[in-house]
Amino acid sequence: MAKEVKLLGFWTSPYVYRVEWALKLKGVDYEYLEEDIFNKSTRLLELNPIHKKVPVLVHDKKVILESHVILEYIDETWEQNPLLPKDPRERAMARFWAKYGDEKLLSAWKATWLKGEEKAKAVEESIEALEKIEEELKEKKYFEGEGIGYLDLALGWIAYWLPVMEKVGSMQLLKEEKFPAITSWISKFLSHPVIKDKLPPWDELVVYFDEKREARYNSYYPKQREN
Amino acid sequence: MSKGEVVVLDFWVSPFCMRVKIALEEKGVEYEGREEDLFGGKSELLLKSNPIYQKVPVLLHNGKPLCESTTIVSYIDEVWPSPPLLPPCAYGRAQARFWADFIDKKVFDAVGKIWRSKGKVAESAKEEFLEILKQLEGALGEKDYFGGDSFGFVDVIAIPLTSWFHAVEKFGGFKVEDECPKFSAWMKKCMQKESVAKIIPDPEKVYEFVIMMRKMQGIE
Repeated sequence: MAKEVKLLGFWTSPYVYRVEWALKLKGVDYEYLEEDIFNKSTRLLELNPIHKKVPVLVHDKKVILESHVILEYIDETWEQNPLLPKDPRERAMARFWAKYGDEKLLSAWKATWLKGEEKAKAVEESIEALEKIEEELKEKKYFEGEGIGYLDLALGWIAYWLPVMEKVGSMQLLKEEKFPAITSWISKFLSHPVIKDKLPPWDELVVYFDEKREARYNSYYPKQREN
Repeated sequence: MSKGEVVVLDFWVSPFCMRVKIALEEKGVEYEGREEDLFGGKSELLLKSNPIYQKVPVLLHNGKPLCESTTIVSYIDEVWPSPPLLPPCAYGRAQARFWADFIDKKVFDAVGKIWRSKGKVAESAKEEFLEILKQLEGALGEKDYFGGDSFGFVDVIAIPLTSWFHAVEKFGGFKVEDECPKFSAWMKKCMQKESVAKIIPDPEKVYEFVIMMRKMQGIE
């Protein structure tokens, strides 16, 4: 029998992983379909004609797009193990920080392929963002308190993709002594039973992002003519 | 209806502030709008309430701040559930959130590309803007509102941005009514609503504001 929940994804995408983590935390059975985002299938283009991106969740023929929208849909459809808090203010704060995190994910990525002053500026911006996130986390076990939730999933890229970016970008953003709360959270997050079994292979991920970084660098700084 | 004190840190021409005010009006919530002088100097309260972005709108509910207009509108819908802005079912809500996100990502920047143009507005900027409106027409379909029979979440998120359209029409040399009649009809329908008519500023005043911005940014 065909599974009623399907997820279209790409193996390196943190946006896809946060959806998989949510489905697994809820104990929802789903079929994962790998998409080649560099050679987009008719299926993907038909399901997401506006943005042509993954993740795409298909539930009983309903199509849901955009990772944070999908997370809320999952939370509302399967009510066990709630991801978002109940209090409206806390929900608003979680949504705010998730959006902030996604902006800063892109800044950190930019820092990997920039050079000189531009790189320094992007690094500084990323560190400032981490300082704000550190303050938000403080002494909590997870972002929303005792249990893993929406904001942990949304910021999960910090635990695994940020170190990849640090490596390929030859930069250090997450100094342990400077970010004790985030460091501790990373350790808890990555050892959570659902998360630890659902992460992309490290070495391959590093190779992938290193290639992408080099390509971006070369297109942004076209080679000077040698005299 | 009262659930405490509500203050909006505001700027009259900001479509993002308009979203918050329209949502509060729809819910019949009493609030105090405090106009910020964004050019003269942001207030201490604004800088303290939104240290991350230092931008309006900020909603202060019983003194506690919330930022980012779409997040604020969702909060308003949850604290004052009647009349609802989001539909009751999870899928309807997902569709509404998707289109709100699309509007956030695309419309304001496309508007900016037109009014920030030095000299003649590039055809590509105009085309990009109209393409986005056509995509929104697709989402609207045959419905009265994005929300269906009643004014809803996506309508609140979208309608304030249209207050800037008169200005881009002038700069771009086109009319939304000619290019996207369905979208134009939806705009007119929304403007008939009391909450919207009360909050949306005179498009001529917005146009004058944009001219001033262009001078300030050395585009004229």
